[in-house]
Amino acid sequence: MTELRKRGGGGDPDSTDNISDKEADGEDRLGLCGEEDGDLEGDCKAYTPDVPPSTDNTPQCLNKALEGLSSRWRNWWVRGILSMTMISGFFLIIYLGPIMLIVVVMSVQIKCFQEIITIGYRVYHSYELPWFRTLSWYFLICVNYFFYGETVADYFGALVQREEPLQFLVRYHRFISFTLYVIGFCMFVLSLVKKHYRLQFYMFAWTHVTLLIVVTQSHLVIQNLFEGMIWFIVPISIVICNDIMAYLFGFFFGRTPLIKLSPKKTWEGFIGGFFSTVVFGFIFAYLLSQYQYFVCPVEYNSETNRFAVECEPSSLFVMQEYRLPAMVQNVIRWETVKLYPFQIHSIALSTFASLIGPFGGFFASGFKRAFKIKDFADTIPGHGGIMDRFDCQYLMATFVHVYIASFIRGPNPSKVLQQLLVLQPEQQLSIFNTLRAHLREKGMLPPAVPEAQ
Amino acid sequence: MTELRHRGTTDNELQHQQSDDKGSESESKAERDGASDSETKPDFGVPDVPVPPDDTPEVLNKALSGLSSRWKNWWVRGILTLAMISFFFVIIYLGPMVLMMIVLCVQIKCFQEIITIGYSVYHSYHLPWFRTLSWYFLLCVNYFFYGETVTDYFFSLVQREEPLRILSKYHRFISFTLYLSGFCMFVLSLVKKHYRLQFYMFGWTHVTLLIIVTQSHLIIHNLFEGMIWFIVPISCVICNDIMAYMFGFFFGRTPLIKLSPKKTWEGFIGGFFATIVFGILLSYVMAGVRYFVCPVEFNNDTNRFTVDCEPSELFQLQDYTLPSVLESLTGWTTVKLYPFQIHSIALSSFASLIGPFGGFFASGFKRAFKIKDFANTIPGHGGIMDRFDCQYLMATFVNVYIASFIRGPNPSKVIQQLLALRLDQQLHIFNSLKAHLTEKGLLPALEEAA
Repeated sequence: MTELRKRGGGGDPDSTDNISDKEADGEDRLGLCGEEDGDLEGDCKAYTPDVPPSTDNTPQCLNKALEGLSSRWRNWWVRGILSMTMISGFFLIIYLGPIMLIVVVMSVQIKCFQEIITIGYRVYHSYELPWFRTLSWYFLICVNYFFYGETVADYFGALVQREEPLQFLVRYHRFISFTLYVIGFCMFVLSLVKKHYRLQFYMFAWTHVTLLIVVTQSHLVIQNLFEGMIWFIVPISIVICNDIMAYLFGFFFGRTPLIKLSPKKTWEGFIGGFFSTVVFGFIFAYLLSQYQYFVCPVEYNSETNRFAVECEPSSLFVMQEYRLPAMVQNVIRWETVKLYPFQIHSIALSTFASLIGPFGGFFASGFKRAFKIKDFADTIPGHGGIMDRFDCQYLMATFVHVYIASFIRGPNPSKVLQQLLVLQPEQQLSIFNTLRAHLREKGMLPPAVPEAQ
Repeated sequence: MTELRHRGTTDNELQHQQSDDKGSESESKAERDGASDSETKPDFGVPDVPVPPDDTPEVLNKALSGLSSRWKNWWVRGILTLAMISFFFVIIYLGPMVLMMIVLCVQIKCFQEIITIGYSVYHSYHLPWFRTLSWYFLLCVNYFFYGETVTDYFFSLVQREEPLRILSKYHRFISFTLYLSGFCMFVLSLVKKHYRLQFYMFGWTHVTLLIIVTQSHLIIHNLFEGMIWFIVPISCVICNDIMAYMFGFFFGRTPLIKLSPKKTWEGFIGGFFATIVFGILLSYVMAGVRYFVCPVEFNNDTNRFTVDCEPSELFQLQDYTLPSVLESLTGWTTVKLYPFQIHSIALSSFASLIGPFGGFFASGFKRAFKIKDFANTIPGHGGIMDRFDCQYLMATFVNVYIASFIRGPNPSKVIQQLLALRLDQQLHIFNSLKAHLTEKGLLPALEEAA
């Protein structure tokens, strides 16, 4: 293991003399050298070699087509073309339907996890300890199994009731997930090696924080998806639009820097992005609210064994008339305006995406500066890794989920019914009576008829 | 930051002079198995964690002044153990409210101990935002969890009071907003030269929250199921600790794991059997007492907790036929047991076999960060975290066990969710339920039409 430490030390003994101040911590291997973050030259350059310089991943055909242009415009074009490609890919996936979307979300999650864990390996030079990789992926599988199991049990209730092994798995789902996790935990404890305790604990914590961030978000995204594809498409589009609009406004009008963390962001971009995103969200929500395909909750039809997206649109997606406030009336000379209520909600979503979403981006920028990496990975030419594209989405998925839970809908009726059926018969009877009294009170049931004795 | 690093250096030199038995010499430190890959240079992590002063109260010191060091240590530990166990009985007697308070205090203390270690490791005392942010996140997560618990168990109380009702309806949104504010404060507090440090502390705080706060809330959930689900697991873990120590002390020969050289296989196996026996006996004693067995409920009229109910079948004596092997041994054909005692065997097994892994995890953690104990709160025993490391997994296991094998969903929670649905959805569920109950024969078939 001596080679490993020396390699981590920056390769050559000479550089260690330059880092004497930070060496005093003894923590340099664990990266506290990052305290000199602002300046990449001199002392901590020792660390950048371990993260390979970004290879130019651009496909050959693009390179040929753009070789005439100067470097700045070329970069602009590469980014532009890739953006168009990604957006088209997005539309294609939406067209293909919910199952495809779930698969794509799953793949993105795995790729993001892999990117972050790879950075962790580089920071801690822990490539040579094979248990880490196995354990990290094992924990990813455990947590995904737990979350997907809960989702499947909720949404595929009928399917589950039919198949006997699935019923068993669902009934003891938490216990099985917990057992799997405990096995991983015990393997971790048994794998602790004498000289690498701290490293191993760091990787353990790194894995868990990554799981917390990446996996929970992706499952909230899927839950939002099941509410109706519009709850998946509109938030993501809004974040993308904000990114692009802020970039364009900053490019053309940018003057005042926004935050020291990301010197390229400007106030003009921020505010311009905010307003254009609100407008975009408003219009986009109007367009999508008309289609049942987007608006209806995704349901699994047990008979045809496929997803059905058909329903009576809820009141959120039915045009309503709103009276304009007097001020606006004077300006536009309309008295009422027809809107979908969902468009009002989209303003809230856009506001969040423009004001708070960028903090997710700043968090990722800070993270990249802290660990001295330019991009999370090189998957997308001109854009960096998958994580780079999704950093602003980070908080959006949670916000949408919380928003839906608090303001839009109550608990899921099929889940409640499922829970009801699991209770003891006496409890079911008592709930039945309570519910009957409640419904009678509300007038949904005819009042009690005196029973013949 | 230069002063901080130099302070680290100075402390190390002081350590050289002060303590010898802790082996804090930089060279010997490099040889200690707790070192990670930074032994080529003196590791300055330890000096910042102060040498634990001898915290033993004076009275104890006087009483034990005559004995040799080894026996003195044994007696100090023994007396403190008895003190802690008595304290445990006292708070059980005082009831569920006090238990919840104690769990909360223990949680806060454990959190503080671990965060302090993080500060020491990362020399981040001088960045005041960290401490504020860490405690703020603790508050947020606790608010979220306690809010969910309060909403579940104090449902009627919450529905009565208007401000509580609003807080409860938008609970998730409010918690998320609070957390977001903390997150944005963190991003805004990133200082140019300390990015990595700050991210480390952020990660450290979150992992600590994940470990400690979730466990403590699962303990409280278990408590509400019935105090027996709180007392028996904790007692099993304590018993396993003590029994493994005793067996190891008297019979210990073969080391168990490199991580904790004091643990032995004899202690492990002896502790396993002793804990199972103890668990069966303790559950027999407790299952007969209603105070322990009934779910804790909040009575709206008297505004206090009541523990009064008809014990479920889990806590009623039943006859079990012994397998023929045991029959020939003991000469009994059947034996009267509480079903709960069978479950206690599962709990004891987990406590003896997997619980120690929590202890090994904590030992590895202490070695990794070169600390002897988490803190010095309890003389002879170290910090609160030292006492609770084996409980770590137990609380989750009990919660999962209850959810999977003992009970289904909480009926009051189901009603609550039902009443929150839209009326047409309620009607739909009502009809499904009626069909189901009629099929089961619980409703007369001639029930009036809905």
